[in-house]
Amino acid sequence: MSAAPPLPRWADLFLLPVLNLLAAFFVCGLIVLAIGENPITALGVMLKGAFIFPGSLGYTLYYTTNFIFTGLAVAVAFHAMMFNIGGEGQAYVGGLGAGLVSLWLAQSMPSLIVLPLAVFGAALFGAAWGIVPGYLQAKRGSHIVITTIMFNFIAASLMVWLLAGPLIEPGQMSPQTPKFAAAGQLPSMQSMLGAVGIESANSPLNLSFLIALAALFGFWVLIWRTRLGYQIRTVGQNPEAARYAGINVPRVVIITLAISGALAGLMATNEILGVQHRVVLNFTAGYGFTGIAVALMGRNHPIGIFLASLLFGALYQGGAELDFEFQSITREMVLLIQGMIILFSGALAYMFNPPVARLLARLAARREAANV
Amino acid sequence: MAGAAGEQHGSVEPPPAIELRGVSKAFGLVQANKNIDLVVQPGTIHGIIGENGAGKSTLMNILYGLHRADSGEMYINGALAPIHSSADAIACGIGMVHQHFMLVPNFSVLENVMLGSEGGMLLAEGREETLGTLKKFADEYGMTVDAEVLVGDLPVGLQQRVEIIKALKGGAKILILDEPTGVLTPQEAVSLFKILGTLKQDGVTILLITHKLEEIMATTDTVSIMRQGEMVGHRATAETNPEELAELMVGRKVLLQVDRGTSDPGEVNLSVSGLGCVSPHGSSLISDISFDVRVGEIVGVAGIAGNGQSELMEALAGMRPPSTGTINILGQTITADGQSDPQIMRAAGLAHIPEDRHKFGLVLGFEARENAILGYHYSRRSGDGRLIDGAAVTAHCRELMSAHDVRPANPQLTARNFSGGNQQKLVIARELDANPQVLIVGQPTRGVDIGAIEFIHKELIALRDQGAAILLISVELEEVLGLADRIMVMNNRQQVGIITRAEADEQTLGLMMAGITPDKGT
Repeated sequence: MSAAPPLPRWADLFLLPVLNLLAAFFVCGLIVLAIGENPITALGVMLKGAFIFPGSLGYTLYYTTNFIFTGLAVAVAFHAMMFNIGGEGQAYVGGLGAGLVSLWLAQSMPSLIVLPLAVFGAALFGAAWGIVPGYLQAKRGSHIVITTIMFNFIAASLMVWLLAGPLIEPGQMSPQTPKFAAAGQLPSMQSMLGAVGIESANSPLNLSFLIALAALFGFWVLIWRTRLGYQIRTVGQNPEAARYAGINVPRVVIITLAISGALAGLMATNEILGVQHRVVLNFTAGYGFTGIAVALMGRNHPIGIFLASLLFGALYQGGAELDFEFQSITREMVLLIQGMIILFSGALAYMFNPPVARLLARLAARREAANV
Repeated sequence: MAGAAGEQHGSVEPPPAIELRGVSKAFGLVQANKNIDLVVQPGTIHGIIGENGAGKSTLMNILYGLHRADSGEMYINGALAPIHSSADAIACGIGMVHQHFMLVPNFSVLENVMLGSEGGMLLAEGREETLGTLKKFADEYGMTVDAEVLVGDLPVGLQQRVEIIKALKGGAKILILDEPTGVLTPQEAVSLFKILGTLKQDGVTILLITHKLEEIMATTDTVSIMRQGEMVGHRATAETNPEELAELMVGRKVLLQVDRGTSDPGEVNLSVSGLGCVSPHGSSLISDISFDVRVGEIVGVAGIAGNGQSELMEALAGMRPPSTGTINILGQTITADGQSDPQIMRAAGLAHIPEDRHKFGLVLGFEARENAILGYHYSRRSGDGRLIDGAAVTAHCRELMSAHDVRPANPQLTARNFSGGNQQKLVIARELDANPQVLIVGQPTRGVDIGAIEFIHKELIALRDQGAAILLISVELEEVLGLADRIMVMNNRQQVGIITRAEADEQTLGLMMAGITPDKGT
């Protein structure tokens, strides 16, 4: 009885997310109204702040890049029906991988060699941080949710120790590595567009946005066009059928977690290689966790994940603008609004499923009755 | 109408025990019950028969309050009964025995029966009362069960008895039984029907849901036939016959007998000797199984579900490593020390139609064409290159669907949206397409409608005649008797014996299934 009736595909993919979003905006509107501001004006400021103001689009897409990586990381694990809560830690350790390569090679090698290696390092370290919980799940039955959460804490402690100890910039007090040499920095979008003669405003957007777009496409190919993706989905949807088919389930679980960790690790290319140009404390800033909401809202599909990432990117950037424009809307208020969106599109993602299904069934029945 | 028998008594006749008027129920876009009318007279056994997905279980779940009807009215003993939960149903005097028992295996019989009427803070009072109940059922209906035994240790027939006592203990006068004989030996089924007869004499009204025509004919007074969510007929059992019922169920005439032809066994394709498996905890799952299956022969495996047949199948399919003995497929030997894997078995020439298509055979959320490469996703069926070739997969699936009559023939339809029979045909199509020399097939027609059963049986016979060695595992005796050339019977995770089809009848098999080796002397 508890299972909701099935929805047509279009309703599940488009109608539900839109309804969730509208519900979230409605509740946020009430909150804005309650503190004495006009919600319509606030929405306008947010939109302008996210897309219109000079450089704002760059900021929005910069946030979007982070969400694409962490959203894909959660989604790939989810296709194997595993809940990877460890994106935060995997991204953090991925930053270490990217940072070590850049620190080590950027002085002596050209960027054409350093950057691919640094990107690979981010993926590799992230993958390693995913493989361990994957192995424990596949071979020892330790639940992936528990182990990935614990691995976030281990990653955090490890990074504090490294950044305050062996990797700290000599002569400095703040826990961060020295700045990478120029060869270890991803080119900014402004400079890349400038090179082909397009003027753009200054923003943190950089080459990693293109890596993110490539990852979206690669994800689609992996999941729906490769034999590995087929095995991942089979394991996720029916592990017994996978066993029947001769698929090595533990192996697929471990590989999936490795891919998931690698995608999360790639987030560091944006933050570390693209913006900070050094490994800093807590650069992951919760993006790994928000990736769960992105994947949920994006229905684990690259197009959905891109749209959800764009939405969250716009919320981050537009939210900052709100904070700036209105006296009464504080930073905390903006976080509350973002939380509402996550609540409605993540945790309550299927809240509108039963009523929508009932409505559609009634409409179908009426249409049938009219035809008879 | 079903009330025909009662109407002759004139005006003093009691109201019907159950009366449904215009009951409808939809799940999303699927109309499970359409405008159902049903009248059941008190103190009768009323059968409800229909194919899988005809809506029988939905209707019973509505009556028992597990589902809520979208429209329609229910009358119990002539009074309008708004049943919205099973508690309401129980209050109306309705008890239900589900197809899958709702028992706690590691509680004793007493504790299971006591469940829901524990009495006060301490259990003493409830225990006394329940012991009284058990004694009453033993005395009045011959339903004897040991109160202190753990339910998990009881044979299935006795577990069902506990379920019936649970359903009736509160004085229920209406008993719903959902496919009660699916898991029973023939002997257990006979004793169940004897009990039902006694209950009926005591004034209990019994609703029997089944897809077995012979049970309807042997035990019921009246019968209602459902098809695709609708009631298509009500008959007095004495005035109908199995052919008419079957026709009403499927909407056309069907062949109940399989034309088996004669078999011409050749060389041994599959040879099993001394095969044993143990569970990870060390208990024996099957032991000392030895048999051969020859080219052009179907060997049936009969037995009550849970006597090692599933484990035997899994071992042969490479899903469960053997701990002793050998499996020899077309000269390739798999031993306990060697590697056992479904891909190795497939490469050796074995195909496997699993006994549970939802659990093993299909990924229900996948499209039909994706299911058509399950287990063959590394073969050329899924394309030559590194990537899966979507167009080739679709074209291949379309071929399979037309060759094996899978309807609707839409490769992109999600497996979940096919009917049980067509899901099964899809699995069979995939496995037969590998052109197997050895086929192991489990419960090929479980939950499949009559039209599809006929088709599937013909396909198996045809494959046999093409020279495949087939091992058929089924809990449907009729199916084993209808298809097999030789029959192996399993009991208690071992083989009781192998007899030829000519030696086999339901009586002999029933005894062997209970573990009694046939006396060769007579």
